[in-house]
Amino acid sequence: MPLPREDVEATTPKFLRDKYAIAGVGETSYTRGSDKSTRALASIAVRNAIEDAGLKSSEIDGMLSYQFNDSVFSPFVAGDLGIRLNFYMDVFGGGSSTEALIGIAIGVIEAGLCKTVVIFRSMNGFSQVRIGGTGVRSAIPVSGDMMHSRAYGWQSAGQMFAPTFMRHMHDFGTTAEQVAHVRVAHSHHASNNPKAYYKKRMTVEDVVTSRMICKPLHLLDCCVETDNANAIIVTSAERAKDLKHPLVRIRGVVGRCCKPRADMHYQTGPISTVAGHYARDLLWPNSGVSPEDVDLTGSYDAFTFTTMLQLEDYGFCKKGEGGHYVSDGTIMLGGKRPNNTSGGHLCEGYTHGIAMVIENVRQLRHDADDSCPIGPDGKRQHTYDYREGGCRQVKNAEVSANLGWASPGTGSAMVMRRG
Amino acid sequence: MISAEYLGMPLEINDLDHENLSYFAYCAKHEFRLQRCAACKLLRYPPTTACPWCSEVNSEWVPVEGRGTVHSYTEVHHAIQPAFRPFTPYLVLLVELDTQSGVPTKEEGLRVAGNLVRPDGVLAPKADVERVGIGSRVRMVFTDIASGLALPQWTIDETAAGGTPWRYRE
Repeated sequence: MPLPREDVEATTPKFLRDKYAIAGVGETSYTRGSDKSTRALASIAVRNAIEDAGLKSSEIDGMLSYQFNDSVFSPFVAGDLGIRLNFYMDVFGGGSSTEALIGIAIGVIEAGLCKTVVIFRSMNGFSQVRIGGTGVRSAIPVSGDMMHSRAYGWQSAGQMFAPTFMRHMHDFGTTAEQVAHVRVAHSHHASNNPKAYYKKRMTVEDVVTSRMICKPLHLLDCCVETDNANAIIVTSAERAKDLKHPLVRIRGVVGRCCKPRADMHYQTGPISTVAGHYARDLLWPNSGVSPEDVDLTGSYDAFTFTTMLQLEDYGFCKKGEGGHYVSDGTIMLGGKRPNNTSGGHLCEGYTHGIAMVIENVRQLRHDADDSCPIGPDGKRQHTYDYREGGCRQVKNAEVSANLGWASPGTGSAMVMRRG
Repeated sequence: MISAEYLGMPLEINDLDHENLSYFAYCAKHEFRLQRCAACKLLRYPPTTACPWCSEVNSEWVPVEGRGTVHSYTEVHHAIQPAFRPFTPYLVLLVELDTQSGVPTKEEGLRVAGNLVRPDGVLAPKADVERVGIGSRVRMVFTDIASGLALPQWTIDETAAGGTPWRYRE
């Protein structure tokens, strides 16, 4: 593919561009009530990723995972699947961890610690530790830094991020209706994704008339809570090129890039700006591409607003024009640059970001798992008819960007390309 | 160690958390104090272990005026903690203090969190909640929780000249 601007100055040595690849992806179903332990879910997802890559368990020798004290650790999953590890690490974290761990996987393979790394996130985000903060999470004592937040009933992700969202509306005139288009787009995409938990198509009216959770977030501005596990396999492109699927190469990664004062980022403004404002200065030079080169995005949708804010701060539109960008058809399937073609966290299921990377890997393989018929060659015959229940493959997808979100103050990102 | 209960939530400040122990000990006396860096003399919020501008670890607690302007907010209709439910909708305010506003750079300020409360420290009724938005002038009051512990909070500054605050449109 004609990948441009090899001359762009890179923060990391350019020879790492394209040197590593995503060789396999896999997941469980998205449910509310998995009736399985996070250990069992992780085993299923990791096994599915290994099979997807066409590897044997014995060919995996590295493992990474992330969690919030709500999941199984790597050695148990590796042991269950008969994988002997040369390297593993389980880190604390939620959204934006996926891209950061892919960067770590590249680093440890490059350093010779192992050759092929599987990354997983396994969670019973509905039936055990609810991501929205109700149940177990609301019962733990308020201490330390939380004395300045939870003590005020300022606890859930939506409540914590809302001052950023509100200030964006104040500063730039962004409207609830504009941002509701993110839910509309993702719900349309989910209607063509047989795996999605919520498949129903929604309208702007549905979103802005749903009940208020915390201003400016209506119920339908917020993502779903689900039980699921997902896994990704990272290895060298040299190794991946002989495996089952078309090669999906990693162009560049940014891991957990922060605004100043990430502990209390509201101290430094403008608070309507998010970590992507800083991350973009690593992402685009490292990847050697610009937003204009990107065919589809995976901007994290914990909330409709997080998608909009990141697309804006990574430079897909001018500062302040995010509301327009997400509502003018650009991010819909069939538009110029679709976002979260799986339906994302708003509709498909909640995975702390890993499923958005998986979706883009499948898109770049030109193998989105929609309802299009399988041809005689065993490959899906995509129709590019995006009507409900139809195709969700982006035509000629060559370059994708994932924009992971932990909070307004912290984010990660990754550019991948086909071939 | 301070241990108390507030609106159904256990609150704990452990013996090694000297920064928060000091901060809340002043609050219990209805005094608002912040750490002032021993080197660069800038104030900081919330309590931390070093200066975010010059990395100096030493500081002193100095009195700061509890007045400011609402910089942003959220109005919570669906409470997570059950004991907040009778008070919905309640406001979480991010208030930029008049002190050190726009210092050391234009976009920085001391932005202090708190709820909108009545002057006696109880969460404000709906009629007051609906009067407050970005730009509202507020003053600090305290919610007494237990002996030795009070939370800094915000109440409408009725003495302030009132422009119309910016509020999220229904």
